[in-house]
Amino acid sequence: MTSLSPVNPDPTAPPVAPSETFIPRDRPFSARNLIQTIAGGYVPLLLATLVVFLPLLWMILSSFKLPGEIITMDLKILPASLNPENYNIAMTTVPFAQFFINSTIVTVVGSTIKVLLAILTAYALVFVRFPFRNAIFILILVALMVPPQVSILPNYILIAGLGGKNTLWGIILPGLGTAFGTFLLRQHFLTLPASILESAEIDGAGHWRRLWQIVVPVSIPSIATVALVTVVSEWNEYIWPLIITDRPETMTLPVGLTLLQNSESNASGWGILMAGAVLVIVPILVVFAALQRYIVAGLTQGSVTG
Amino acid sequence: MTRQLASTSPASPPDQSGPPGKHQTRRWSGRARRDFFVFLALALPNLILIAVFTYRPLISNIYYSTLDWTLGSASATVVGIDNYVTFFTSDDAPKVLGTTAVFTLVTVGGSMLLGLVIALALNSKVRGTTFARSAVFAPYVLSGVGVGLVWLFIFDPGYGVLAWILRGIGQQSPQWINDPQLSLVMVILVYVWKNLGYCAVVYLAGLQSLPQDVMEAASLDGANGFRRFLSMSIPLLSPTTFFLLITTMLSSLQAFDLIRIMTPLGTGTSTLIYEAYLQAFGAFNRAGYSAAISVVLFAILLVITVLQLRFVERKVHYS
Repeated sequence: MTSLSPVNPDPTAPPVAPSETFIPRDRPFSARNLIQTIAGGYVPLLLATLVVFLPLLWMILSSFKLPGEIITMDLKILPASLNPENYNIAMTTVPFAQFFINSTIVTVVGSTIKVLLAILTAYALVFVRFPFRNAIFILILVALMVPPQVSILPNYILIAGLGGKNTLWGIILPGLGTAFGTFLLRQHFLTLPASILESAEIDGAGHWRRLWQIVVPVSIPSIATVALVTVVSEWNEYIWPLIITDRPETMTLPVGLTLLQNSESNASGWGILMAGAVLVIVPILVVFAALQRYIVAGLTQGSVTG
Repeated sequence: MTRQLASTSPASPPDQSGPPGKHQTRRWSGRARRDFFVFLALALPNLILIAVFTYRPLISNIYYSTLDWTLGSASATVVGIDNYVTFFTSDDAPKVLGTTAVFTLVTVGGSMLLGLVIALALNSKVRGTTFARSAVFAPYVLSGVGVGLVWLFIFDPGYGVLAWILRGIGQQSPQWINDPQLSLVMVILVYVWKNLGYCAVVYLAGLQSLPQDVMEAASLDGANGFRRFLSMSIPLLSPTTFFLLITTMLSSLQAFDLIRIMTPLGTGTSTLIYEAYLQAFGAFNRAGYSAAISVVLFAILLVITVLQLRFVERKVHYS
């Protein structure tokens, strides 16, 4: 997506004209050109980046501030010290370590199964003959557009009836069916050259071997994209865990943060709440920073096509 | 798809003479029968999960919406369309539908407009655009709960940084939390902050795929940057704009996390999805009524989805 075509006119700056054209243009380092580049290029970029980062920076700085530094008219930007007191309070007021473990289990187990199911279903849809294959694909496409929010009440009644309230499987199970991953991987599998599979078939490789020895190895980037997007959304998932858990032992991080919010409702609690927010936000921020290319591609591409 | 179909199954003969019906014929071949079961083994777990947890709730909701039923109670009375009548004739409908409309229109318009502006800035040749692109996208992947708390602190009329800035220029902080209308403004601002990076990245992809020869021709004809943007880029971007309109509308209609964290009581901010949540899982436990609101929401989403499906179809034909 970042790949620029050779000539890429920028509406805000003088065009970089190809050599055969004769548009009069400024010398590269003329004052006018520099000002235009800075005003048209850097200032908006800097502004946009700051608007994103300042609130997050404020969160981190505030998480180290003691109540006295927050309840004051004389606001200081930097905390007096890097005192981890707020983190200690946050983690003893509510069982944050438990939330962290729960979130990790839900994310790892949920994502692994979802990606696996997506690979299997996409392979079946593309490479295995079946009478109603297209109809099934359309059902998956439509499921992609059914928002999980309208399903919460019926799913709550079903899962609570099965005894899944306040259990990790109760959190994981309803989200396991994956339309998004299936869709994305199907689109990718369709682009694979048929010849490599043909030769494998002639060599006598069955579906299972073709899937794991050919299709999966050559599709690692797409699978990684699906996996990352799944991990991010499982980690942030809120409405369902909020409804299906009401005991701290099985809450995930976002739900636990709500619990912390309820118990720290006065102004002196802001530092503690910011410490809690850091614990929820920073892990995903780190994953995003490391693998943003795949995540951005997956999230935008996934929605572009469905 | 036909390509793979033909190449992976050379052994299965197409419709031979025999019993009528294509599927019938194919199933006789051993290979096709094996494929039939392989398909089921691979796809069935996922399909069952989707059927049970995505499709079944749609039907259950319609059934529940005909009940007068307190969540957790063992008995319920069938009341037909009473829940819908109650919703549409009480104060709830104008209030909730109005909030939903304002929230959706402003968040969609706001994040698309700002997204386009940022995309234009990102589409320049200066250094650092890749970093800036990731930076503006980052809020989109962050937990709505965490983000909501951070902004709630910033908006805090007593000790928030916004109140501090306003005091610096001699202003009182507005009562973001207590005033229902300002609460809606606050949630909308944060929602736009969180989602505009998505619009920016999609618009950027659109800008970068504009036909360069056409744009060049326009600049050779003497059209300046703004003129080119207005009469070339905007019309050429219309597929992207339409696509974003649909997807952001769908996600705005489903916005939950920020509303729950920033305004737990939903005073002034109760959209359809939040009202459905409050009615069932708030103080009243009115499951039937909540289901009716969910059905109304789903009907709205369905209309948008049908539009999108038609659009996707068109897109497929063009590319």
